[in-house]
Amino acid sequence: MTFMNATEPLPIQLQGLSYMVDGTAILEDVDLTVHPGEIVGIMGRSGTGKTTLLRLIMGLVAPTGGRVLVRGVDITGLDEPELDRLREHMGMVFQGAALFDSMTVFENVAFALVEHRRLPAREIEGRVREMLDMVDMAGAEHLMPAQLSGGMRKRVGVARALALSPSIMLYDEATAGLDPISAVSLDDLLVRLRQQVGVTSMVVSHNVESLRRVCDRAAVLHRGRFLAVGPIPELETSADPAIEQFLSGSPEGPLTEGPDR
Amino acid sequence: MLTAIGHQVFAGLDFVGDQMLILVRCLAYIVRGRIGLRRTIQQMAIAGADSLPIVAITLLFVGMAWGWHTAEYMVRFGATSYFGGGTAIAIARELGPALCGVVVAARVGSAFAAELGTMTVTEQVDALRALAVNPVYFLVVPRLIACIIMLPILTVVADASGLIGAFMLATYVGVSPGEYLSSIQQWLTGQDVYGGIAKTLVFGLIIALVGCRQGLRATRGAAGVGRATISAVVLSIVLIYATNLFLTAAIFR
Repeated sequence: MTFMNATEPLPIQLQGLSYMVDGTAILEDVDLTVHPGEIVGIMGRSGTGKTTLLRLIMGLVAPTGGRVLVRGVDITGLDEPELDRLREHMGMVFQGAALFDSMTVFENVAFALVEHRRLPAREIEGRVREMLDMVDMAGAEHLMPAQLSGGMRKRVGVARALALSPSIMLYDEATAGLDPISAVSLDDLLVRLRQQVGVTSMVVSHNVESLRRVCDRAAVLHRGRFLAVGPIPELETSADPAIEQFLSGSPEGPLTEGPDR
Repeated sequence: MLTAIGHQVFAGLDFVGDQMLILVRCLAYIVRGRIGLRRTIQQMAIAGADSLPIVAITLLFVGMAWGWHTAEYMVRFGATSYFGGGTAIAIARELGPALCGVVVAARVGSAFAAELGTMTVTEQVDALRALAVNPVYFLVVPRLIACIIMLPILTVVADASGLIGAFMLATYVGVSPGEYLSSIQQWLTGQDVYGGIAKTLVFGLIIALVGCRQGLRATRGAAGVGRATISAVVLSIVLIYATNLFLTAAIFR
C-alpha cells in the first residue's frame, strides 16, 4: 500500500474488541488495523454488529472487552472531554443521517464550526457552502431536515461530518437510500478526500459494487466476527463459501444457516 | 419478590446517581462560564415567559376558591381582619411556590423530556457527541439555568395572581377591600415571601434535571419518549411536593 507512512500514528486499531449486551455478544474478539489514508469497507448482513463497530470507534459506547485505538490513543479509558478532543478529528455519518431537526441545513452543517472554531460569520458561510457543494446540496441552506428526502438528508449528514476537516471518517450505510448518481458521486467524494487530504475512511455498506469502487480492503462481518479481511478482488477468489455467498448475494449458503440472531 | 424490590432499589439509586452526575457536570460547565448564553435565553423564554399565562390563571382560580371558602367563615365569625394576612401567608409560603412548581413541571418538564427523548431515540444526541459537543453542556445546562432563574420570577406572578383571586371572591362575600390590604400589610413578612421564592430555586433544579435526565435515558422509539415524558412529570411533581415539605420545615420554623 503506497499511502502508508511510518511516522503517522495508525488512525484506527481494534484489538480483541468485544461488545456484549445483556449477555449477547454483538462483537467478539475483533481485530483490525486501518492505515492512514486507507478506505476500509465493512460488509455483512443486517444485525451483524456493523453499526456497533462504528459506534465503538467513535467512543459512543464502551466495549466490554478489548481495545480501540484512535490515532494511537487507547480510547477505552478516556472520559467524555478527552473523547471530544479526539472526535474533533473524526466524522461520523449516521445511518438515518441524524440531522438536528430543529435546525436548518445551514445550521446543521455549520454546527461544529460554530461550536469549535472561532471564525467570522462570512468564513463559516463560505465553508458551509463549500461542504454543501461537495455533496451536491448547494441551495438547500434554508430548508429544514423534514423537507428533505432520505438521500438528501444523508448527503447533508456527510457535509456536516466533513465540516471540521476530520482525518477519519466513518460512514454507516453511506450510499443506502441514495439514487445511483448520488451514490457514485459520494463514492468519488470518498476517494477524492483520500487523495487530496489523506482522509482515512471506514464504510459500512451492503453495496458490494460501491465498495469495489472505493475500498482498499473490505471486512466481512458475520455474527460478531470477521470472516475475512482483504482487498475485494482477493475476497472474490476466496474459497470460503460464506464469503462467496455474501459477495454473490445468494440466499442459500452458510450465512443463512443456523439460528437467526 | 426480593428481586423485584432489589430492582426498584437499584432503579432508585441509579436515578439519584444519574441526577447527581448530571448536576455535577452542569456545575462544572457553569463555573467555567460555559453556559451557551443564546440557548439559555431561548430556554428562559420557552420555560419562563411562555409559562406566565398558565401560572397566573392557575393561581387566580386557586386564590378564588381559597378566598371563597375562607372568607365566608371569617365573615361569619367576625374575623375578617385576619383574612388578608392569612391568605397572603398561605399563598406566599405554600400555594404560590408549590403550585407554580407543579404547573411548570407539567408544562416544561414534560417538554424537556419529550424533546430530549426524541433527540435521543433519533440518534441526534449521538450526533452531538460525534461532533464533539457534550449533550449535558448543549442541552441540559441552558435548561437548568433557565428553570432556576425563571421559577422564582414566575412565583412572584403566582403569588400576585393568587392574592388577586382571593381578593375578588373575598370582597364578593363581604370582606372590605381596605381591610384585606391592611391585613396583608400587618401580617405578611418579607421572610414569608422570600422563603417561598427560595424554595422554587430547588423546584426549578428538580424540573430541569428530571426532565432532561428522563429524556436522555429514553429508549425504543415513540413509546419510549412517551414513557420518558410521563415519568418526568410524575417524578418531578412527587419530588417537588416531597422537598417542599422539607424546605418548609427548614425555612419557616
